[in-house]
Amino acid sequence: MLKSLWKSLKILFVFSILTGIIYPFFMTLVGQILFPFEANGSILIVDGKSKGSVLIGQKFTKDFYFQGRPSVVDYDASASGASNFGPTSAKFKSAVIERIAVLQRNNPSLADKEIPGDLVLMSASGLDPDISLESAQLQAPRVALARKFAVKEVLELISSCAQGQQFGFLGSPRINVLKLNMALDSLKGINYGR
Amino acid sequence: MANNFFELFLSLTLLTLAAIPLGKFFKLVYSGQKTFLSCLIKPLESFLYKICGIDPAEEMSWKVYTKDFLLLNLWGFIVLFLIQVFQDKLPLNPAQLSAVPWHLAINTAVSFVTNTNWQSYSGEATMSYLTQMVGLTVQNFVSAAAGMAACVAFLRGFSRQSSETIGNFWADLTRSILYILLPLSIIFAVVLMSQGVVQTLHPYVNVQTLEGQKQVLAVGPAASQIAIKQLGSNGGGFFNVNSAHPFENPTPLTNFLELMAILLIPFAFPILLGELLNKRKEGWAVFTAMLILLVAGLSIALFFELKGSPILQSVGVHQGMNMEGKETRFGVVPSVYWEVATSATSNGSVNAMHDSLLPVTGLVALFNITIGEVIFGGVGVGLIGMMFYAVLALFIIGLMIGRTPELYGKKLGSSEMIMTVLAIVLPSVTLKILAACAISLPIGLTGLNNFGPHGFTEIFYAYASGVGNNGSAFAGLNANTPFYNLTISLAMLVGRFATIIPALVIAGSLAHKKISPQNRATLPTASLIFICILCATVIVIGALTFFPPFTIGPVLEHLQMMAGKVF
Repeated sequence: MLKSLWKSLKILFVFSILTGIIYPFFMTLVGQILFPFEANGSILIVDGKSKGSVLIGQKFTKDFYFQGRPSVVDYDASASGASNFGPTSAKFKSAVIERIAVLQRNNPSLADKEIPGDLVLMSASGLDPDISLESAQLQAPRVALARKFAVKEVLELISSCAQGQQFGFLGSPRINVLKLNMALDSLKGINYGR
Repeated sequence: MANNFFELFLSLTLLTLAAIPLGKFFKLVYSGQKTFLSCLIKPLESFLYKICGIDPAEEMSWKVYTKDFLLLNLWGFIVLFLIQVFQDKLPLNPAQLSAVPWHLAINTAVSFVTNTNWQSYSGEATMSYLTQMVGLTVQNFVSAAAGMAACVAFLRGFSRQSSETIGNFWADLTRSILYILLPLSIIFAVVLMSQGVVQTLHPYVNVQTLEGQKQVLAVGPAASQIAIKQLGSNGGGFFNVNSAHPFENPTPLTNFLELMAILLIPFAFPILLGELLNKRKEGWAVFTAMLILLVAGLSIALFFELKGSPILQSVGVHQGMNMEGKETRFGVVPSVYWEVATSATSNGSVNAMHDSLLPVTGLVALFNITIGEVIFGGVGVGLIGMMFYAVLALFIIGLMIGRTPELYGKKLGSSEMIMTVLAIVLPSVTLKILAACAISLPIGLTGLNNFGPHGFTEIFYAYASGVGNNGSAFAGLNANTPFYNLTISLAMLVGRFATIIPALVIAGSLAHKKISPQNRATLPTASLIFICILCATVIVIGALTFFPPFTIGPVLEHLQMMAGKVF
C-alpha cells in the first residue's frame, strides 16, 4: 500500500511538471513569439499611451460617444460579471424599465420606439465590447447633435466600422464601440475626448 | 439567423466526421499500438514510464485499477488544496491575491479532481497564476484522462472474455494525456491565441479609457488552460464569466471552435465502443441515440429562447429578445447551442449566463444534467453513463420476455444490475436530499439572487451540476459559503465515484464472463428498436425521477412568465 501511495504521488508530480509547468510555459513562449499583440490582451496604443483593449468594452457616458451595453460591473475588467437575473425577476423588470426611460430621455428620437435588447440588457461578461448595428444607428442622432455632425455622416461611419458575421455565417453582426468612438474622434480632427 | 442554423449544422457534421478517425485512433492508442504520433511521443512515453516505475504491460484486476484511480484522486485533492491555501506565499502571484479560504479550497480541490470544475470563486480575483497553472490546469488534464481511462477499462469488460484483468490504469492515464489531450490542447491553444485569447505571465494591465478613466485588465496564462478545459469536459474558466469573457472567447470563430472542442472527444467515444468490440454498428447505434437526444433538446431550447420573453416585450424591448446574460458577438442561437452542448456533456463552461436564460431553455440544461450527462457526456464517463442506461433497458426488456438480459454478448447478472441501479439511483437521491436541505434551511436561502420558482431552480441546479460533475451554474446563487461549498463538494464526490467505481466493478465481472454467440432471441443492439428503447429509457427514467422538481422550478416559471408575473 505504501508503495502504491508513493508511486501515485510520483506520477502526479511528473504530470504536474509536464502539464502544469512545461505546457503553459511553452504555450506562453509560442504566444509571445507568434502573436505578441493578441497574447498580451490586444492593447491599442495611440501616441505611446494604452487606450484599452480592442476586445474589452469601456464605459461611455458622454453624449458625444456611442454607449455600449449595460454592465453589472461597470466595465471593471479585473472583475468580470453578469447580473444573473432570471426572466421573472421583479428587480430585473424594473431595472430594464428604468434603463429604457433613461435611454429615451437622452435620445429623444427613441421615444415610443422599441429598443433592441442588447442596448438595455446586461451582457454576460460585463465587458462586452460590441453592440448591434441597430443599437448604434439608434444613437446616431444624439451623437451627431452633440458633435454638430450631419446624422448621415455618423451613419456612414457606423456602416464603415460595422463587422458582419465572421466568414459570413459565424456569430452575429456587430460593431465595436471603442473602435467606433475612436473613429469618431479622428473625424475632421475634432477631438471631444480630451 | 438562418446563417446561425448553418453554423450549427456545420458544427455537428464536422464533429461526426471527425469522430470516425478519432475513435479508431483511440483504439490504437489504448491498445498501445503504433500511431502516426508514435515517432514523436513514444520516447517521451517510455521516459515517463521509466521515471515513474510503470510497466505498461502489467495487467490490473478491477480492484487494483480502482485503488490506483482513488489514490491519484486523493493526492490530487491534497496537492491542489495545499497550493490554494499557500498561494500567497508561493511565486507567480503578481496580483498579490491572498490565500484561498479553507472551505473554498476544499470545494475547488474536489471540484477539479472530480472533473466538475464547479467554481464558487471568480478566477481573476481569487487564483494566482501559479494556482491556475500548476494546480488547476494539471487537474484539467489528469481528471479528464482518469475518466477516459475508466471508460476504456469499462469497455474492456465487454471486449475481453475469461479475463481477470481490465488493463493498466497508469498506462491508460498516460496515453490519454500524451496522445490525445496534450497534442489537441497545444494545437487548440495556438488557434485561440491567434484570435486574441491571452497567454502571458505579465501582471494585470493598466489602461486609460477614452473617457479618461482607469481600467485594469485582468490577463494571464489563459489560452493553455482554456484549450484543455474545453477538450477535457472540465469547463472551469480562467476568468469569472468563463467563455463569455472576451479574453477567453474573443470572436465568433473561437466560439465555434470552443464549442466543437466540448463535443469532440465525447463524440469519438461511442465510435471507440464499436471499434473495441469489433462491432461498428453497435457503436453507431449508441451514437445515434445520443445524437437524437442532443438535437431534440437543442430544438426545444432554441424554439423557446427565440420566442423571446413576453415580460421584456411588454416593457418595450424589441421582440422581447432576451439578450440578458448574452454577448453581442455570439447572439442567441450560438449561446443556446453552447448551453445545450455544455450540459449534455459534463463540460460546464458557459458563453452565456444560464441563470438569465428563459425557463424552458434552462429546463433543457437541467434535464441533460440530471439524467446523468449521457448525451455524449463527459470524456469517457458519458459513455459509461449511457451504458448503464443500456443495461437497464435490456434488463427491463429481459423482464418482459422472461430471459436473462445480454449486452454485447455478455450475460448481465445480479451484480451488474446492483451496480447499475446504484450508479443511477445514488446520485439522484443525493441531489434531492441536498437540494431539499438547502431550500428548507435559512442558510441555504440567503444566497439567492432570484425569487419565486426561479429561486428554487437556482438551488436545484447547483446540486444537479455538482452531482453531475458538470460545473455550470445558475450563477446568481452565492455559493461561496461554508454551507454550499461543503454540501456541493459532497455532491461532486458522490457523482464522480458512484459512476466510476460501479463501472469498474462491472468491468471486472464482465471481463470474467464468456462472450455468448448471438441467437434469435437476443435483442440486436445495432437496430432501430434498440436506439428507440435506449432513448425512451433515458427519457422515462429522467422524467420519472425529476418530474416534481422540474414542475415547481422551470415549468412553473414558464407559466408565470407567460402570464407576465414577476417575483
